[in-house]
Amino acid sequence: MRANCWMGKEHVSVETVPDPKILNQRDAIVKITSTAICGSDLHLYNGYVPSMESGDVLGHEFMGEVVEVGRGVQNLKKGDRVVVPFPIACGSCFSCQRGLFSVCENSNPNAWMAEKMWGHSPAGIFGYSHLLGGFAGGQAEYARVPFADVGPIKVPDGLTDDQVLFLSDIFPTGYMGADLCCIQPGDTIAVWGCGPVGQFAMKSAFLLGAERVIAIDRFPERLRMAREKVGAETINYEDVELLPTLKDMTGGRGPDACIDAVGMEAHSPGLVGAYDRAKQAMRLETDRPVALREAIMACRNGGTVSVIGVYGGFIDKFPAGSMMNRSITIKTGQCHVQRYLKPLLERIQNGEIDPSFVITHRMPLEQAPEGFAMFRDKQDDCIKIVLKPH
Amino acid sequence: MATDTNNSSKQLANGLGWFSIGLGVAELATPNLVAKLIGVNDGSTTKKILRSYGARELAAGVGILYGSNPSGWLWARVAGDVLDLSSLVKAMTSDDNKRGRAIAATAAVVGVTVADVRCAMQLANSKSNQQNGRSSTMISSSIIIGRNVDEVYGFWRNFNRLPEILDRLEAVQTLDDKRSHWKLSLPLGRTLEWDAEITHEQPNSRIAWRSVSASVPHSGEVRFEPAAGGRGTKVTVEIRPEGHSTIFAKPFALAPEQHVIIALHNLKQLLETGEIIKSDASIHRGIHAAQPPADFPAGNNGLRSAAAV
Repeated sequence: MRANCWMGKEHVSVETVPDPKILNQRDAIVKITSTAICGSDLHLYNGYVPSMESGDVLGHEFMGEVVEVGRGVQNLKKGDRVVVPFPIACGSCFSCQRGLFSVCENSNPNAWMAEKMWGHSPAGIFGYSHLLGGFAGGQAEYARVPFADVGPIKVPDGLTDDQVLFLSDIFPTGYMGADLCCIQPGDTIAVWGCGPVGQFAMKSAFLLGAERVIAIDRFPERLRMAREKVGAETINYEDVELLPTLKDMTGGRGPDACIDAVGMEAHSPGLVGAYDRAKQAMRLETDRPVALREAIMACRNGGTVSVIGVYGGFIDKFPAGSMMNRSITIKTGQCHVQRYLKPLLERIQNGEIDPSFVITHRMPLEQAPEGFAMFRDKQDDCIKIVLKPH
Repeated sequence: MATDTNNSSKQLANGLGWFSIGLGVAELATPNLVAKLIGVNDGSTTKKILRSYGARELAAGVGILYGSNPSGWLWARVAGDVLDLSSLVKAMTSDDNKRGRAIAATAAVVGVTVADVRCAMQLANSKSNQQNGRSSTMISSSIIIGRNVDEVYGFWRNFNRLPEILDRLEAVQTLDDKRSHWKLSLPLGRTLEWDAEITHEQPNSRIAWRSVSASVPHSGEVRFEPAAGGRGTKVTVEIRPEGHSTIFAKPFALAPEQHVIIALHNLKQLLETGEIIKSDASIHRGIHAAQPPADFPAGNNGLRSAAAV
């Protein structure tokens, strides 16, 4: 089959690789009808995630048709149309029983590696480094889905791929970002990053009862999408000073909750950005935590900072004093997608949201390398690319 | 005994470290005097060379006394000695210099070089002994499995199934109530076999064993206890290699503790989910891209058990 492979830093290539096989009895093989490039794929592309090997098949947002099931899968059959969640979860361990699917205790064959780096291991993830399992990803014609009796959700034919594809990651991820904020009526939520996850976090904040949502970014097309498609107020942090502006907009109190939908490659103008870039280049810190620092400083006393942007290693200049003295709650995690699939599919079916609004580009799988470069450089106002393998 | 050797070579190293610093300071501060002493002319090139040698001596001295790897710095001194000797040989063959003093200096440097080499070798030896000695410290790891104690104990007590969870363990054969025969496959088609004997057994609680073969001298135990809060079973494995056996380190690419941790993860997966999870990369030994396999790799422990179920 054809598959988009990571070949090295800033180098992906569509290669011919063997077709996936059933390796465990609870596996299914899915013929992929739609797959997407995620913002977190750019962290791999830019070389900030350790333990990648040349030839790794990328991609963790995909859906398609079941073409083969292992003996242990009773709930799926050939021909079922499914969306596959990006974290792989067994459904029976301590974490899964508590709904914490993205920290499944049993789905990472390389758990010992992650334990060395992070203390304990999270779940395995499709196409996202060997630290997270070494699973081939879904930017391909076919994919093997482990624990297929737990993860994939069947979707009705009445909904298009574009409407349901993002149940695999970015819609539930944005939704969890808002969910973690414990939104109360009247709340103002500020969201750092107006990429697809940020857009879904904002939309979800409204769905969960927020009164105001403030979007923070520097790309005009992304701020426009936040205004026009989501109904958020917007701040371009290159035009104004961010923290005083947020204070002014909230009567000096600060947003009730702040969502970091940026993660480890934050952009920042001026000295702070140069400082973090230099330290990252010298391997003195692995991640650039500009958005996280700002979110903590901006958040109102007793408010919540929700971190759904991806971090990999260590940061410095963390405003611990601001966090502790002002009773800030920090909540975070890779999305427990399996927990949100059903309720969010219902919201799509009820017409409360049509997730396809974030799509700006569609292209065949063969053009994935051009897609990665375009997405990284935000060429042609690129916000979200959907790839078609067949 | 090993400790005595260790102490005396450390003392020698300290002496050489201070000697380095003394010579370094002299060469840096008074290159003229040093040049006269060793019988070479004290032109500006000589002074430059002596000053640079002085800096080198100073660095090596500080490294030997305060660095984390004194034997490495001693080898740096040896390299410096060779440089000194080649300079002195050059000096002896030049008519500008006082040959007698240069010969005396050369003899002195040869003596110091011998001391440097001996000391570096002794320290390197005692270091590798310490590292080997590390394998004789206990390996211990534990995990919580969401199953009842009797189920987890029951799996373990049936030694024949342990190859399912421990990579490279080919087979365990029960000989009688107490004794069993273990066979490990090593790289390059080699194998390692030993007999083990249960020394203590308390059903649903503890199994202790020791090896009765000289090939793999060790003892160990595995304990089973209800996890706090009724959350299943806490399994703890302890293995104590005996003597200076390095067998636990050598056959494996990973540290032996890692193998115990991986085995415990495998046991948990097997009992909680029914099988050991495979990824496109993990089915291969060693590094492999996360791509579907063209064929099932042969001889992989986990795959064999998956196919056997």
